[in-house]
Amino acid sequence: MSTQETEARQEATAVVQPAGGTLRGVGVSAWFGSRRVLEGVDIDMRAGVVTALIGPSGCGKSTFLRILNRMHELVPIATLAGSVLLDGDDIYGTALPITEVRRRIGMVFQKPNPFPAMTIGDNVMAGLKLTGRKAPNREQLIEESLRRAGLWNEVRNRLNAPAGGLSGGQQQRLCIARSLAVRPDVLLMDEPCSALDPTSTRRIEETIHELKDQVTIVIVTHNMQQAQRVSQHCAFFLAAEDEPGRVVEQGATEHIFGSPEDPRTADYVNGRFG
Amino acid sequence: MEANDSEGPTGLAALGLGEPPEADGPRRIEARMSRSDRFYRALATTGAGITLLIIVLIGVFLLLEALPAFRAAGFGFLTTQRWDPDSVPPEFGVAAMMYGTAVTAIVAMLATVPLALATAVFINEYAPRALRAALTSLVDLMAAIPSLIFALWGLFFLVPWLQPIEGWLVAQLGGTLPFMRAIATGSSLFNAGLVIALMAIPITTSIIREVLSQAPRHECEGALALGGTRWGMITTVILPFGRTGIVGGSMLGLGRALGETIAATLILNIRFEIKPQILETGGITVASGIAVEFFDAQELGLSALMAAGLSLFLVTIVINLLAATVVERAKSAA
Repeated sequence: MSTQETEARQEATAVVQPAGGTLRGVGVSAWFGSRRVLEGVDIDMRAGVVTALIGPSGCGKSTFLRILNRMHELVPIATLAGSVLLDGDDIYGTALPITEVRRRIGMVFQKPNPFPAMTIGDNVMAGLKLTGRKAPNREQLIEESLRRAGLWNEVRNRLNAPAGGLSGGQQQRLCIARSLAVRPDVLLMDEPCSALDPTSTRRIEETIHELKDQVTIVIVTHNMQQAQRVSQHCAFFLAAEDEPGRVVEQGATEHIFGSPEDPRTADYVNGRFG
Repeated sequence: MEANDSEGPTGLAALGLGEPPEADGPRRIEARMSRSDRFYRALATTGAGITLLIIVLIGVFLLLEALPAFRAAGFGFLTTQRWDPDSVPPEFGVAAMMYGTAVTAIVAMLATVPLALATAVFINEYAPRALRAALTSLVDLMAAIPSLIFALWGLFFLVPWLQPIEGWLVAQLGGTLPFMRAIATGSSLFNAGLVIALMAIPITTSIIREVLSQAPRHECEGALALGGTRWGMITTVILPFGRTGIVGGSMLGLGRALGETIAATLILNIRFEIKPQILETGGITVASGIAVEFFDAQELGLSALMAAGLSLFLVTIVINLLAATVVERAKSAA
């Protein structure tokens, strides 16, 4: 690890008051057509805290995540109820323009999705271009974003190479850097490591640790160990057959994994189903 | 293969896996095909062979039939504007026809590509979902309408309707811009180009829309998740992805524009001369020239028409090869 990167890490940990926004889901329900997939979800996602959403496939946790930055409505038949508050403002109201909602609440997807024909540098800057803003200092922002995503040392000499040539893990960190460049308050991660090898996974988890005081992180994961390693708050989603997904239990991660109250939570976190 | 023989056994032999049959060069790979595979391969090969053969036969036929005309006209065939193969001495060439074809095709493409692109983007990204399927089939339906229908509509509705606008343009700009001058407007190369555009727009739109709809959804979501506007997503993800399809669709439209006969024949006031004033009545294209001259053509006249046809055939092939190169470049750049 270079001295510069160590400095960057020290800088990150030196922040006393956690930065980032507070996101609250209030009574969130969701439908695809007439099928209800999520019912009455209330979760507080506080600044400085990594919130993990866990649960078996089809329990609605990814749907909930996509509701948090208005990606849910891109599916033609999708509808929802309840509200999502970003620092008190309803993101489904008229208080914030939709583009501003999505800029302040960034998202990293399950499958790395950099713009493959663009260069690595242009990918980092893509968000600013998309939101029609000018960067006063392009090189500085690229370096800073890549450093925060833990990718700088690997790509510093090929910022002008196309992003399609990076490995899967590097592409995913590039997507994190791209999201960070627009200075979001919240970063949503939808199984960010599910397509990655163990080394890349570890690297991304380190990145999450480094970012947690700078931006509020919400992560969906199928990996119990990962949820334990990266999160402080944890919500367990479950959907019974032909019923919508609900939050069965939530609380401090050590509590959910150490002494869950609901037997279904205990069964799931101990790998007895799902 | 031969050169490798002298180098002696290495590789497999060195690993103790036995002597390779010959040298360390790549071995011949064989496979026994099943009867059904052999049958379908023969079927597909025959089909492809027939298609290629037809193209070659067309070229050879045109060339043989055109030879007397080429002998009579020499290099003047490329530079002569007049079409008088029966005069003594005969005087004819494709200059005016090629010029007319080029002008109508350029006008048609200038109108077609932006309109088709805008329509495709509108249908895919902006149209209400309920309308999307209906609009898509409407465009596909328009692509199937015979060109004669468009030509009639152009002749009896569009051209008369454009007359006052073009008259005004000529009055305003004719003084300063030489190519905007005109004594009479209406049956001009420009209008023929516009009517040809009517026919090229549906097929071009249909192909571009289809290609753009294949843009990877997860990249589109990535653009939106960064706070991008829909327009930002279109310019960042969808259009770069669809570049090759946009070129390909435009080329099919251009193919239609180059070969369009009935529209040019109906709209144009046939004149075998090069007119830089594109709004002025009178002109000719290769296809309409052949259609108009065909019935009165004598022996040499018929050969001359074949020569004109061969020129159009070659131009079409060259343009398509260029387009293929452009598409290939765009692909390797991505």
